[in-house]
Amino acid sequence: MTRLFLYMTALLALIGALSTAQAQPLRLQITEGVIEPMPFAVPSFVPENSAGNEYAQPLARVVAANLSNTGLFREVLRDAHIARVSSFDASVSYSDWRAINVQALITGAVEVSGNRMTVKFRLFDVTSGQQMGQGMQFSGSTANWRRMAHKVSDAVYSRITGEDGYFDSRVVFIAESGPRADRTKRLAIMDQDGENTQILTDGRSLVIAPRVSPDGTRAVYTTYETGAPRIALMDLSSGQRQLVGDIPGAMTFSPRFSPDGRSLVFSAARGGNTDLYRLDLGSGQMTQLTSSSSIATSPSFSPDGRQITFESDRSGTSQIYVMSANGGEAQRISFGQGRYSTPVWSPRGDLIAFTKSHAGRFHIGVMRADGSEERLLTASFLDEGPTWAPNGRVVKFTREARGGDPAIYSVDISGRNLRRVPTPGPASDPAWGPLLP
Amino acid sequence: MNLTTKTLLVLATLALAACNNPRAGGGFGADGDGFGNGGGFNDGGITSGSLGDPNDPNSIAHFQQRIGDRVFFTTDSSSLTEEGRSTLSAQARWLSANPQFDIVIEGHADERGTREYNVSLGERRASATMQYLISQGVSSNRLRTVSYGKERPVEACPEQRCWDLNRRAVTTIAGGGRTS
Repeated sequence: MTRLFLYMTALLALIGALSTAQAQPLRLQITEGVIEPMPFAVPSFVPENSAGNEYAQPLARVVAANLSNTGLFREVLRDAHIARVSSFDASVSYSDWRAINVQALITGAVEVSGNRMTVKFRLFDVTSGQQMGQGMQFSGSTANWRRMAHKVSDAVYSRITGEDGYFDSRVVFIAESGPRADRTKRLAIMDQDGENTQILTDGRSLVIAPRVSPDGTRAVYTTYETGAPRIALMDLSSGQRQLVGDIPGAMTFSPRFSPDGRSLVFSAARGGNTDLYRLDLGSGQMTQLTSSSSIATSPSFSPDGRQITFESDRSGTSQIYVMSANGGEAQRISFGQGRYSTPVWSPRGDLIAFTKSHAGRFHIGVMRADGSEERLLTASFLDEGPTWAPNGRVVKFTREARGGDPAIYSVDISGRNLRRVPTPGPASDPAWGPLLP
Repeated sequence: MNLTTKTLLVLATLALAACNNPRAGGGFGADGDGFGNGGGFNDGGITSGSLGDPNDPNSIAHFQQRIGDRVFFTTDSSSLTEEGRSTLSAQARWLSANPQFDIVIEGHADERGTREYNVSLGERRASATMQYLISQGVSSNRLRTVSYGKERPVEACPEQRCWDLNRRAVTTIAGGGRTS
């Protein structure tokens, strides 16, 4: 009870701070850093016909796992439930939920006919005894049942936090196998929670460091299929792919999409020097953006497309710079101790995530786009390559324990809630795609 | 040298060669839908040849084992060491005496850096190696470079002694191999 009281006090303080918004009793302000996760319950969804039975419990489990994995919510498990939800439209016995300290209650229903399904949900603020927002329903193929649960999760997360969700999104990554000295690497895609992995290349050629287009339909990555690094562009629905950005005599790699998806920025290395180029995918026209006798790589566009952040060792060690998307003068923004790599601009535009190595350790960190307010989120033997959730609240990255296999981890931008993303095998180089429509 | 010793030596040489060439046995042709290879090093043609006896100064085995097919670098550096320059001078003499071979110089990095930066660093090492060979009289049109970054460690252990061996540029004999 004391905890609940403290939590409610904090919640009331937050509500007081929301001067213009309409009073929303159930609210988490993520930016404040949530100390006490909000207790919630998701009873098994109600099957509205017998074909729905199979999905009733799995749908609720996916929603519960999504919310719990944010670290912002804590599930009150079914064993503790007093009330049973046997009808989607029955009134909610709030007192039964209050008695077990549940604050957010999610109820759902599922109806299946053939290979089509309809999933409905409602969200209740148990404390005030009110439904929060209107009920919603999603329809689609039963093959996409997990996506339905992700849609429900996104709606719940969004209503309670006021932020966009990120559950119905996918991550392109590199699936690894075989001995370390002759690793097989395949391009792969999975749901953000590690489910539904599909392998996209056959593993005959080494592939590294993919990125997803802003609309989620294409991927770019570096492939060694010609014997040297080249850039491949793949249509994710058809699997069709082509090599792009050929510069004779140069190795080309490190491709990134512009926010409008129409161009790439990438690195070309020759003669001991790596520069950034921009490629217009429609016309094939190429523009050289940097011409320093040093390394310039791992670029990332600002969300408005006007600037590019990248890493360069022009000062002697690898550091992070920002320049116009048309090239020209670059401003160094990293000034801490150690080496800074792989800057990635947040989809909100406010932060840049990066890899830092210092004193034998690797870190994922974030700083403001002007380089101020650097914060390290992780530390390990080898952490690298952050990628942002579509809502800019979470990053995934590659972690390799000393002597271990690489795996994909996630951490929120407060540095809390570090988790390993379950993948079928060793995995690296995550690239988080957009929230799906 | 009896036949058994000789056979073992050849086998050892082959094993070493397989180790030296990360692309051996893989990477032929294109992935997936068979998109053209865009003028890369690997045009699908396969040449083969014996590595020979390391005691034969014109054999590939001699190049790999007696001269040394690789040079090493310090952390985050692409500067050739004195030992590296000496190895490359000897390589250059062998390459000049054996003009039928083309060469691919592979640049590599250890695992203590980020993936794409290491591709750049490996390219820089391969390029420094190539420039030195050119300065020693090897024709530039016989030489090509490729960087594997940290993707192909020769020793996979999370310790300094392995990282030291992985920061390397390897001169690989790419084509024109003789049969014997």
